[in-house]
Amino acid sequence: KQMTVRDALNSALDEEMSADSKVFLMGEEVGEYQGAYKITKGLLEKYGPERVLDTPITEAGFTGIGVGAAYYGLKPVVEFMTFNFSMQAIDHIINSAAKSNYMSAGQISVPIVFRGPNGAAAGVGAQHSHCYASWYGSCPGLKVLAPYSAEDARGLLKAAIRDPDPVVFLENELLYGESFPVSAEVLDSSFCLPIGKAKIEREGKDVTITAFSKMVGFALKAAEILEKEGISAEVINLRSIRPLDRPTINASVRKTNRLVTVEEGFPQHGVGAEICTSVIEESFGYLDAPVERIAGADVPMPYAANLERLAVPHVEDIVRAAKRACHRSVPLAAAA
Amino acid sequence: DTTATLTIETSLPFTAHNCEPPSRSVTTSPSELLSFFRTMALMRRMEIAADSLYKAKLIRGFCHLYDGQEAVAVGMEAGTTKKDCIITAYRDHCTFLGRGGTLLEIYAELMGRRDGCSKGKGGSMHFYKKDSGFYGGHGIVGAQVPLGCGLAFGQKYLKDESVTFALYGDGAANQGQLFEALNIAALWDLPAILVCENNHYGMGTAEWRAAKSPAYYKRGDYVPGLKVDGMDVLAVKQACKFAKEHALKNGPLILEMDTYRYHGHSMSDPGSTYRTRDEISGVRQERDPIERVRKLLLSHDIATEKELKDTEKEVRKEVDEAIAKAKDSPMPDPSDLFSNVYVKGYGVEAFGVDRKEVRVTLP
Repeated sequence: KQMTVRDALNSALDEEMSADSKVFLMGEEVGEYQGAYKITKGLLEKYGPERVLDTPITEAGFTGIGVGAAYYGLKPVVEFMTFNFSMQAIDHIINSAAKSNYMSAGQISVPIVFRGPNGAAAGVGAQHSHCYASWYGSCPGLKVLAPYSAEDARGLLKAAIRDPDPVVFLENELLYGESFPVSAEVLDSSFCLPIGKAKIEREGKDVTITAFSKMVGFALKAAEILEKEGISAEVINLRSIRPLDRPTINASVRKTNRLVTVEEGFPQHGVGAEICTSVIEESFGYLDAPVERIAGADVPMPYAANLERLAVPHVEDIVRAAKRACHRSVPLAAAA
Repeated sequence: DTTATLTIETSLPFTAHNCEPPSRSVTTSPSELLSFFRTMALMRRMEIAADSLYKAKLIRGFCHLYDGQEAVAVGMEAGTTKKDCIITAYRDHCTFLGRGGTLLEIYAELMGRRDGCSKGKGGSMHFYKKDSGFYGGHGIVGAQVPLGCGLAFGQKYLKDESVTFALYGDGAANQGQLFEALNIAALWDLPAILVCENNHYGMGTAEWRAAKSPAYYKRGDYVPGLKVDGMDVLAVKQACKFAKEHALKNGPLILEMDTYRYHGHSMSDPGSTYRTRDEISGVRQERDPIERVRKLLLSHDIATEKELKDTEKEVRKEVDEAIAKAKDSPMPDPSDLFSNVYVKGYGVEAFGVDRKEVRVTLP
């Protein structure tokens, strides 16, 4: 059976709302409009305006209200129309949500989910195309998840809602309409994925490629191309940016001895940088080539189609980097 | 009879915006007045002792004292129950005490000790007492107002028939997020009461230098407001009762408490560069909240001068004993560096400064 990421998210919300009356949704256009991207379609009708709340376009205010409701013991799911707008509310995500359990020595827990599309969309320019994975991923107290497939979307969103800590849930607009095969297990209402565990999407022995969100699809396509050229790539779908599944990444690199990290975000201080560090710390002796990093270009997102194309990773970039990593196994002196 | 009903007129009338003000006649009793006196005297003594501890370098970092503003914390407790929630900013010691927190928890927290209300991990600005509805203790100016409206959302969602008092200063009164939250609170009829503790200075900036309209009780426009003499504990009590009833029926309300802080903004501020010493001593002589209750107790023959002096001696002793105990409280265990980062850490590894030296598994 096939399911779109949109339906996966929608069904996850529906099931968790049905299972727990403390779960409610709030955000811009989540109710009567059915969601700017239709993720919350039908939920207002089913659960009523007490549990599906349209907010004004005032992120600082409604995010703070969501966090306060979580202090009181409710389980809010706060939608940002896109994560770019979460910048208006980042103080509440970091200072009010992430730090409260620690500052209060466990008195004030914050069971809340912040969700919405993150990263580059198409043709929307710099202020609407920014990946916040590394920003939120750097902050202790937060959990940061980034689903790729319908299975990820269902399992991780359900896990996020059930989790007692604040979770930043980074979706991708361009994946909403994509369909993925789903098993009966994934469709069961009890289905849930573990937080902090990566998934090996494809096994391989020559090079490890780490990716999250939309870039997992690109990495898988790159792996197919590489296979035709005799390179066996292992693709890791991170799923969880924080906690980061360092053991899975390092085990893979110890097997393949090569690593390519892929992300859409800016390269500096990015998710790839943290993965690279972890591998150098834990598995330095296993590396047969320098770590390769594919990331968004180090510029604000341009609008023009040709420039935009140059600013985000493509399959061929991943293929090129993987080959570079593999060919470096030839001793440099011999190559010269 | 200490429980006999007494009716006392507030010293100033309430000024209302978009609502009918409550009566100036406040019902109280001799025992309530005595407890007001005692609690306010305790708060006063507690803050002055904190000042000394700070100067003795036993308290670190930021420390914001509440002396002068005691009538707000005490009057608010008299007009509410522990089912109602309170959330405030960083000047939170007395609010915590009012909610039932202990002196030991306060001093131990201020000194970063294990017996502190946040086990030494929060510090002066981060006191909490969730079991009696106190949700902190927030260090970011204005952020506690949306959070308080969120608590009120929770109360309404769970049909708890209780309200939230979100306290903020005249400095925070100009924050954009306050208006965002108030708009939503009004749209959704949340039982939220925004309490502006107007001590007339946002740090060193006089209210008129920061606000085009310093009439904070009117700043909600479509939201009703009430200006209250925040140096009169009975007026505060009356206003809070009124606000609670109003909020449960009609949604949010702004209470502006006209109050005054004797200390500077924080310990680095002598508090005398942006206001005159005459202004401070004038408030002490004419409006002091404790002296006002002392006069009431004397004029109604509820207590003698000596009895009140004895009370002050008692609270002084209580404070000294708590400080001694707090000093004996151990520092937090180093392992507490990693506790409470998450409720559920999933056994993930976390790292210390040198990750080859310190790595732990989060519970």
